[in-house]
Amino acid sequence: MTATTASRHDAEPDAGAPGTDTRGATAHRAGGDGGTGTVPPVLEARGLSVGYDRDPVLRDLDLRIERGSVTTFLGANGCGKSTLLKAFGRVLKPQAGEVLLDGVPIRKEPNRAVARRLAILPQTPVAPAGTSVLDLVMRGRNPHQSWARPWTADDAAVAEQAIAATGLTEVAHRDVASLSGGQRQRAWIALVVAQQADTLLLDEPTTYLDLAHQLDVLRLVRRLNREQGSTVVMVLHDLSLAARYSDRLVVLHDGGVVADGTPHEVLTPALLETAFGLHARVVPDPVTGAPMVVPEADEQD
Amino acid sequence: MSAATGAPRTAGAPGTPVGPAAAGRRGVQLGPVGLAWRPRVLGYTVAAIVLALVLVVLGVAVGSTWIAPGTVVRALVGAEDGPQGFIVTTLRLPRVLTGALVGLVLGVAGALTQTVTRNPLGTPDIIGVTSGASVGAVAAIVLGGGTYSVSAVVLSGGIPVAATLGALVAAVAVYGLGWRGGVQSYRLVLVGIGVSATLDAVTSYLLVRAKITVATAASQWLVGSLSSTSWSTVWPLLVVAAVAVPIALATSAALGIGQLGDEVATGVGLAVQRHRLLVLALAVVLSAAAVAAAGPVGFVAFVVPQVALRLAGTNRPPLLLAGALGAVLVLGADLLARSAFPWQVPVGIVTTVVGAPYLIWLLVRHRKEMSR
Repeated sequence: MTATTASRHDAEPDAGAPGTDTRGATAHRAGGDGGTGTVPPVLEARGLSVGYDRDPVLRDLDLRIERGSVTTFLGANGCGKSTLLKAFGRVLKPQAGEVLLDGVPIRKEPNRAVARRLAILPQTPVAPAGTSVLDLVMRGRNPHQSWARPWTADDAAVAEQAIAATGLTEVAHRDVASLSGGQRQRAWIALVVAQQADTLLLDEPTTYLDLAHQLDVLRLVRRLNREQGSTVVMVLHDLSLAARYSDRLVVLHDGGVVADGTPHEVLTPALLETAFGLHARVVPDPVTGAPMVVPEADEQD
Repeated sequence: MSAATGAPRTAGAPGTPVGPAAAGRRGVQLGPVGLAWRPRVLGYTVAAIVLALVLVVLGVAVGSTWIAPGTVVRALVGAEDGPQGFIVTTLRLPRVLTGALVGLVLGVAGALTQTVTRNPLGTPDIIGVTSGASVGAVAAIVLGGGTYSVSAVVLSGGIPVAATLGALVAAVAVYGLGWRGGVQSYRLVLVGIGVSATLDAVTSYLLVRAKITVATAASQWLVGSLSSTSWSTVWPLLVVAAVAVPIALATSAALGIGQLGDEVATGVGLAVQRHRLLVLALAVVLSAAAVAAAGPVGFVAFVVPQVALRLAGTNRPPLLLAGALGAVLVLGADLLARSAFPWQVPVGIVTTVVGAPYLIWLLVRHRKEMSR
């Protein structure tokens, strides 16, 4: 199983068929522009090398995110999925290559203008003590404000709707630190929602949540995608939930992309072996038919 | 239906409560406009300003001869001639105003650095301001030819200039050494501690090799004192405060965003590194002006923002409240230093004696909060 250099030998991907993997995965075009190549993707990484302390976690990576899709990055711990999300969200500077937002290098645009189109929720952010849910969510309106246009009733209404959409109206005045883990995570998601950006980057939005709350978050994400056409890029750990709520899965391993396509194309026993070192079966989820990962038994089971 | 379309449910005039979430709490309506307009913050700020003004009048009234507060007020508005008017405006007012301004700028500077480093211990000292100013001032005193009277050197303008230069050079060094494709708060704190320790060693060396009389003079400067102030001390401080404090207030909304962490702040459109540089530069200029005027007045920049934070119940120290409380602390400490003891105690010792127990109380209380 050679799975190390799938992304490196196709530095110039064709507009319609970037996948050169053995499984023949093709990028799923949920946005439906059919790969005409005329509309630039919402986000694009070109020859991206990124990491910490000069040692790139990802090397010479090319990836395009189409408008209106829900894409999830998967991979083992330390594979660089959060790193890639941060590079897309311009909070981590690439060592080489670049990230384009709507065809324009993201680091060349004013940060505030980018923030009106692209929102990022980092992994487990922390709000200072004394910050209420409303305090937090209002910060999402920052990119829409300026000296000439300070806080308005519009902003208040948007913040309030974001709080309502995440089911936090009852606790809007409570200190974020006093909320349960699920409420706290939803408060941060409300901040991102209040930003009203077309594209949302969410780094493990379901961390620390019980299954019911994980579903709440993922359903909210799906709703934003379906009803407003938001483009969503997430990092998730749960493979079956990722399969259920994503149009496209991108699996990272050893500094590059090893698989890229629809959940059915990507989640195969061979890939799980390669990318996660996991012996597992993939069976249809009895509810939706999405691929579901069930680990094989060993002598302990 | 939608989660976040732009259509407001209640497109009322700004200031009308929008929906149930905003009802009953006017402060949140104004939101990022600033903390200062929340009723509780506003109340404490007004109270602190009134208290500071009372202390200004009292501070001028108390001295070797008591001057009635009514006479003080008349003199302050220019309606009192004669010897008492002279004592008020020429002899006592500069000292009291310097105290008020030093407290104001240290309070604001401390609130800025504690917020931007997200660390209650992140005072301007940790950017090297105090230790840099100390090296500059002590070098000026010790190497300046062994002048016996500190006040003579101070009035010649040598020490404030040396202290300011020392503070600025040290701050630039800390920022530069902390730079690694951007400045991270924790790195800044660690580098600042290292640079401060090095500079303090230089100060100690200068003191050790100096003659005892000179070393005594330098030590007096090092504890922070208002005893050698004049109108020439007031003006630079006033100019710095008048320029830098309004700019600091204008960064208030950005401070609130910055304290959510670099990634979130970048995500909502804050130019994090530029913001941090601006805030640190403001804090350095403010605290350098204070240290040039009165020497390192201990603990004000640390304690006052923490008190302001707890009084206001906000998620960061409101700047104006911190400034007003800083003025109250320094004015009160100076009044105490001049009146409660048979000899004059430098104000820096009183602020430290008030501040150090507060630090301990804060830590003990924090431990209780953690274990609860």
